[in-house]
Amino acid sequence: MTSINVRVDGASYSDDVEPRTLLVHYLREQLGKVGTVVGCDTSNCGACTVHLDGNAVKSCTVFAVQADGSEVTTIEGVGSADALHPVQKAFHEMHGLQCGFCTPGMIMASIDLLQENPSPSETEIREGIEGNLCRCTGYQNIVRAVQQAAGELSGSAGQA
Amino acid sequence: MTVTEDAATLAPAKEVGQPRRRKEDARLITGRTTWTDNMVLNGMLHLAVVRSPVAHARITGVDVSAAQQAPNVVAVLTGRDLAAEQGSIPCAWPVTADMVNPGHPSIAVDQVNHVGEAVAIVVGRTKAAATDAVELVDIDYELLPPVLDMETAVQDGADLVHDELESNTSYHFVFDAGEAGTGVDTEQAFADAEVVVSRRLVQQRLIPAFMEPRSVVVQPQGDNFTMWSATQIPHVLRVMLAMVTGVPEHKLRIIAPDVGGGFGGKLQVNPEEVLALLVARRLGKPVKWTETRSESLMAAHHGRGQVQFIDIASDRQGNVKGLRVRLLADMGAYLRLITPGVPALGAFMFPGIYKFPAYRFECDGVFTNKVPTDAYRGAGRPEATFAIERIMDELAVELDMDPLELRRKNWIGAEEFPFTTVAGLEYDSGDYEQATQKALDLLGYDELRAEQKRRRESNDPVQLGIGFSTFTEMCGLAPSRVLGSLSYGAGGWESASIRMLPTGKVEVVTGSTPHGQGHETAWSQLVADQLGVPFEDVEVLHGDTAVSPRGMDTYGSRSLVVGGTAVVKAAEKVVAKARKVAAHLLEASEDDLEFADGKFSVRGTPGAAVGIQEIALAVFAAHNYPEDVEPSIDAEATFDPVNFSFPHGTHLCAMEVDTDTGMVKIRKYACVDDVGTVVNPLIVEGQIHGGLAQGIAQALYEEAVYDADGNLTTGSFVDYLVPSAADLPHFDTANTVHVAPGNPIGAKGVGEAGCIASTPAVVNAALDAVRHLGVSDILMPLTPERVWRAIHEGGDGGARAAAGTNAYGGAQTESTAGVSTPQSSLGGDR
Ligand code: FES
Ligand code: FES
Repeated sequence: MTSINVRVDGASYSDDVEPRTLLVHYLREQLGKVGTVVGCDTSNCGACTVHLDGNAVKSCTVFAVQADGSEVTTIEGVGSADALHPVQKAFHEMHGLQCGFCTPGMIMASIDLLQENPSPSETEIREGIEGNLCRCTGYQNIVRAVQQAAGELSGSAGQA
Repeated sequence: MTVTEDAATLAPAKEVGQPRRRKEDARLITGRTTWTDNMVLNGMLHLAVVRSPVAHARITGVDVSAAQQAPNVVAVLTGRDLAAEQGSIPCAWPVTADMVNPGHPSIAVDQVNHVGEAVAIVVGRTKAAATDAVELVDIDYELLPPVLDMETAVQDGADLVHDELESNTSYHFVFDAGEAGTGVDTEQAFADAEVVVSRRLVQQRLIPAFMEPRSVVVQPQGDNFTMWSATQIPHVLRVMLAMVTGVPEHKLRIIAPDVGGGFGGKLQVNPEEVLALLVARRLGKPVKWTETRSESLMAAHHGRGQVQFIDIASDRQGNVKGLRVRLLADMGAYLRLITPGVPALGAFMFPGIYKFPAYRFECDGVFTNKVPTDAYRGAGRPEATFAIERIMDELAVELDMDPLELRRKNWIGAEEFPFTTVAGLEYDSGDYEQATQKALDLLGYDELRAEQKRRRESNDPVQLGIGFSTFTEMCGLAPSRVLGSLSYGAGGWESASIRMLPTGKVEVVTGSTPHGQGHETAWSQLVADQLGVPFEDVEVLHGDTAVSPRGMDTYGSRSLVVGGTAVVKAAEKVVAKARKVAAHLLEASEDDLEFADGKFSVRGTPGAAVGIQEIALAVFAAHNYPEDVEPSIDAEATFDPVNFSFPHGTHLCAMEVDTDTGMVKIRKYACVDDVGTVVNPLIVEGQIHGGLAQGIAQALYEEAVYDADGNLTTGSFVDYLVPSAADLPHFDTANTVHVAPGNPIGAKGVGEAGCIASTPAVVNAALDAVRHLGVSDILMPLTPERVWRAIHEGGDGGARAAAGTNAYGGAQTESTAGVSTPQSSLGGDR
């Protein structure tokens, strides 16, 4: 067992974890952050995507111990029902989800994409979320959602 | 009169037809979800399944002692331990009276028949403890020859999957239009025909690959059991589990919480669901099993898997005269819930939208040492649509005729509906010409044909092709009597009830079980219109046999058509009951009441009105209501359709084929679907998109590949190529609307349309691009290697190279665009 200290969605946690524990399992099983999900065992699907110190990672590719001293943001920490993140709002408005299983990871990946490229082209969006699989939507409305969020985020940045 | 006019302007817009944003999104976009794997119960134990590493073998020894000693392992159970109580996974569809069903143990006892079959279960205090101990279970196998190829398996003297059976054939199903009286004699039609074209087509095995892995939690409480499962079919599952395990039905409650996609893949009574229930019963403790993706790909049922021999007959002018279909349908090792029924359901769709005078269909269900097949989006209809749309193109080539002209010449005219086909189905409504015209415009057909000509003349290495799929499908499963006549084990009705709460809010209970389709939103729209209450005042309850006691669940594009209709019928009953109370409260005759926008008003007496939501409170208080009625306006309804519904559409694909590299790229995809009345255009478009992605993926990317020993070589998402956003094009979609006459909503069903229609459009497009180079077929998926081989070496591109070789179908980062896409910002390591 190894002791770790992490901040997750704004709260601090000190825990003992097995060295082999993946970050996604730590989040789900020890912290009850079940908004973040597991879709595969080969790091292909992106369903588990969270932000580690501000950057998107597939949390099934990171050991919990590697997050020691870090700040983790999950889908549960990016916005709330009353104050949705613009990307969450855009997924809702553009119908960018159906079953919603890929959605937490897809939203976290999209936020990261827009941080790096605030006005991506359609091709850049498609390639930027290539590491996240969705079986339901055919991606077109996810692309629309990211485009809409890009517009909203750059608009508000402009006003600020 | 002013009052009336004001009321009219203020009247809420009709909900049906509005692109309402979905109610279910609120929890899904914020991570406040209830996936089965999220469930934690006190004292819960975790199951890990030991699975067969070999395709076909006798089990000669099982040693679980080491595993039993492992830390935090509570029990290890083998097939022998559970043999007496496990029964057989049920098969609800004995398609012929003499169908052979060898039975399907949930856990192997003496013999394994496919890689991934359960042979032991480790029960641990943690998931890690159970999983670690899987390695310690020692099983001896005496290998048997694996039976993998259907065409070999049906030969005399072939090795047998089940050596107690006489052959590998489960059943021989025949539909003959001549014998059924729906067509003329097929053999005669072929004997008389001027032109006959025959092809052997292959429908590869696919994996449904829902994103949420299967998961089940069982909680025993005295002699009761509650099961949470990632299932499409909580109601069917309850009945079947009761029959299989002997747990009385009324002691079993099934809950499908948030379910992350199904596509037919969760239309099953899974071995692991049976096993979880048996283990929970035996140990008296709550248990959880959640699969890994690799387990899912290997052990959850697959779809498709057919070899199709198709003959089409016509005269020289292109008037079709007959269709003959012989199928070998891969059952896999066992028959699961509707394994044998999938190809039989397809039997009725092979004639497509064309007026064949003669039709004969024969299908052999064939056992192989692979995981069983069963429903996957479309279930039988994509296979049929692929065959007919491919063979129409082949006939057009043979006749040197434009493929669209050939289709036009033979399809059912708009004025001919309702039209009874040679397969005996009564197509309800539509206009194939209108949908096709609209699709041609959407695609920019003439320009693309001109470009194709230019590229051909200049011998451009990148050739262009255009592919058609003018399709229909049967939806709204299903009229119970028809299912009965097809020997299906259940009906096709759906149930709904409406509870009018004292504060005027409305609870709608549906027997249809969503897993991404948006029932909560669409049903709210239906009820808001029917009852004249605000959309926000409606809550839709589903997916729990204790909450929604009657249901037939979700598959076959049936939810809106059948389940939505049950909701409408229940609402009509609520209004009828409320009318009596309103008459009493308003001291008027029922006949003088008008119901509009949620209010009963008395004709000719301005101001005398009472709202249905107020009536809900009045009957709750029950101080003042008519003597001859009960103090409730709640109602329930069960709807059993009398016919299927028949969505149709025209799908067009323009495809670039790089003849130097074999890379294919969808240049443009346009489709016009007629799904009847559109309740929510946002949801309908989303369903089409998702279906297109899966249908295109069959054509270009996906295949469950087994090696010569029966190992699944596409056993992870590294090798089973579910397309990413970079692998799919933009879709141009539109609708025509021909209302379905068979239900009051007028909807036809949309869940499977895109998936059924798109595959042949894509393959026809690729072939159209390279046909002048002598290519007449390429096996799916159209990997660059296969396309290149077909162009440069002839034939159909050949079987797929084995995994691990360089020739193995393109890595995901080589998208269809033919560009090597940069690693995504996530370190896209696909
Ligand atoms: S669960 Fe992490 S990428 Fe699939
Ligand atoms: S919405 Fe179901 S997997 Fe993306």
